[in-house]
Amino acid sequence: MDFMVFQYPMITIQACLDGVLLGVLFALIAYGMALQWGVMNIINIAQGDLVILGGYIAYFMYLFGIHPAWGVIVSPFIMYFVGIGIYKLVINKVVDRDLFISILATFGISILFMQLMNFAFGADVVLANSGYGTTFLFDSNVVLPNSKIFSAIVSIAFAICLVIYMKKSKLGRAIRATAQNARAAKILGVDTEKVYAATFGINAALCGVAGALISITFTIHPYMGLPYTIRSFMIVIVAGLGNLPGVALSGMGLGVFEEFADYLLGTEFRIGSVFLLLVLILVYRRFKLSRKREYLK
Amino acid sequence: MKINKIILSFISAVAILLSTSVVSLAKVVGDKIVLGAAISLTGKYSSNGVHTQNGYNMAVDRINSMGGIKVGGKTYKFEIIYYDDESNPKRAAQLAERLISQDGVEFMLGPYSSGLTKAIAPVTEKYGVPMVEANGASRSLFTKGYKYLFAVLAPANLYLDVAIRTAVELNGGKGVRIAQAFEQDAFSQDVRLGILDAAKETGSEIIIDDKLPKELNDMAATLVKVKQMKPDVLVVSGHTKGALTAIRQIAEMKVDVPMLAMTHCDAAKLSKQHGKNSQYALCASQWHKTLTYKDNFFKDGMTYAADFQKEFGYDPPYQSAESSAALLVFKDAFERANSFDQKKVRDALAATNMQTFYGNIKFAPGGQNVDKPMVLFQVMCDGAGKCENKVVAPLKWASAKLIHPIPKWSDR
Repeated sequence: MDFMVFQYPMITIQACLDGVLLGVLFALIAYGMALQWGVMNIINIAQGDLVILGGYIAYFMYLFGIHPAWGVIVSPFIMYFVGIGIYKLVINKVVDRDLFISILATFGISILFMQLMNFAFGADVVLANSGYGTTFLFDSNVVLPNSKIFSAIVSIAFAICLVIYMKKSKLGRAIRATAQNARAAKILGVDTEKVYAATFGINAALCGVAGALISITFTIHPYMGLPYTIRSFMIVIVAGLGNLPGVALSGMGLGVFEEFADYLLGTEFRIGSVFLLLVLILVYRRFKLSRKREYLK
Repeated sequence: MKINKIILSFISAVAILLSTSVVSLAKVVGDKIVLGAAISLTGKYSSNGVHTQNGYNMAVDRINSMGGIKVGGKTYKFEIIYYDDESNPKRAAQLAERLISQDGVEFMLGPYSSGLTKAIAPVTEKYGVPMVEANGASRSLFTKGYKYLFAVLAPANLYLDVAIRTAVELNGGKGVRIAQAFEQDAFSQDVRLGILDAAKETGSEIIIDDKLPKELNDMAATLVKVKQMKPDVLVVSGHTKGALTAIRQIAEMKVDVPMLAMTHCDAAKLSKQHGKNSQYALCASQWHKTLTYKDNFFKDGMTYAADFQKEFGYDPPYQSAESSAALLVFKDAFERANSFDQKKVRDALAATNMQTFYGNIKFAPGGQNVDKPMVLFQVMCDGAGKCENKVVAPLKWASAKLIHPIPKWSDR
């Protein structure tokens, strides 16, 4: 164990800020997952792969000399249609089946996407340079890459837009109605098929935004999707469905947790600690549920 | 009915016998020496797999067009049977089995990466098939007592050894403070062991020793520690991901460190992807085109690079050069053995002592090449932002002077 993080207060601040900036980005991906999980009752294992695909879109724009920040506009646009395509081809056939079948189906999509991306874009690790500078705080003891700040701001902006859209627009209301009770919504004239497609499209678009941001802040590789799926799964489990402030908070919490795990346990346990936390939370929830059940008895 | 069955099984038995007898001739068919190779043409190693295949093909064409291989007064030509191992060790081992027992291959070329070589080596060893490999550098390959495995490249523990020794030399012979971050895979951990050895011998101290996960894309925590502890040398090895992430975050976080040493810089196309941010990074390499080794087939590094560029349209990374060298070693061994007997060829390989454009080749009993030092190059950029890799160590081949210490970010 390395307690450096507590010996130098500046490192603690750095870890918290890094974690929060990272967590906001995770929360955006998780929000997409929560949305379609809530509406369609589908856990999308391919979530991370959609993120990576979105990243490649920004990367290719960068290759063609367009600033990769434009990727946060273009990538969700393209990804929306990719999402609709996936829905029409696969998801609509499993949407009202049990969870196990949809997990298998999206797992298949995930493998397919990984291999296709590898085939189309090659196995090289790539990234897009934004050229954004660095912000120094506390006498330059804390450094924040502007690309991370940019990605946090964009994530928050998209989340806010989405919340307003869900509240105010007709489609947003239809989505919420379907999430509450698909049958009742259908009876009242909501075209649930269309709602499902749009929901999956919106989720893919959010992944596209996140992917573009990841290509600017981190790196992109065809096989790097799974950690993003796991993180968003975990955030949704903690926050619950349809609870955006919860998703944002638990996203930031996870970000900070990861940073501290990195300092305390070592970088090698960074992603491992996320898995461990997931197990602990699942066990805890089960424990809590079983107590409730006893009480009901 | 019964008769029919007997006839049918008889015919199929004959057919199987015929087909096996045909392929068992495959090792040397007519004037062709058939080599087998499982290579990652798809999957996560596919870019380096293709570099390896291009290197093999380049050497096969060259050797065949320059007179082939002379064994027992007859001239033979090389031919390679390739299979795609999908970057998967299990698949690689299956394919090695298939190459040997179905296709009748009696001599093998290595796959790409230490992991896949590790998967194949037990198979070739079991059948006594000599394998010359060019892309498996992990030290553990050479400590298992394999008799039929020969590697033309320097083992992984020597990759960054030169960097530490150079830093100590520049420090007036006194030990230095080292910060290191290594991915947790066989290769990077071997590089790490090499650093530990070098640190021990030079009296250097390791102050940060981080391990990076396989899915690594953020090493900010390590870099924050580096900022606080101010080591003399920062060593990073985590394949292309590690190199790209390190450079990006060092530049973004403006981490000042006097020496930065890494692996996989050319595979990561550092200077192309990061431009000026990658300036001053020191990179370990098995080979560089400006080295002055010579042979009769490719002449020297510069000629090889030019020919390779003409054929495949890109500058050869060292993975291609070492793969080409593997064929030169096989040719030399066949001619000295003057036979296709696997044992004799194996003994001839073990006695190899030659120079190729890629470097000197002489195998230790474990199979690793002990006659070729690693080189270090430094990324150097001109005013216009065009960056190039220049060899800076060992001094014998240096084409530029090492810039040390790295200028502070505030002065750049």
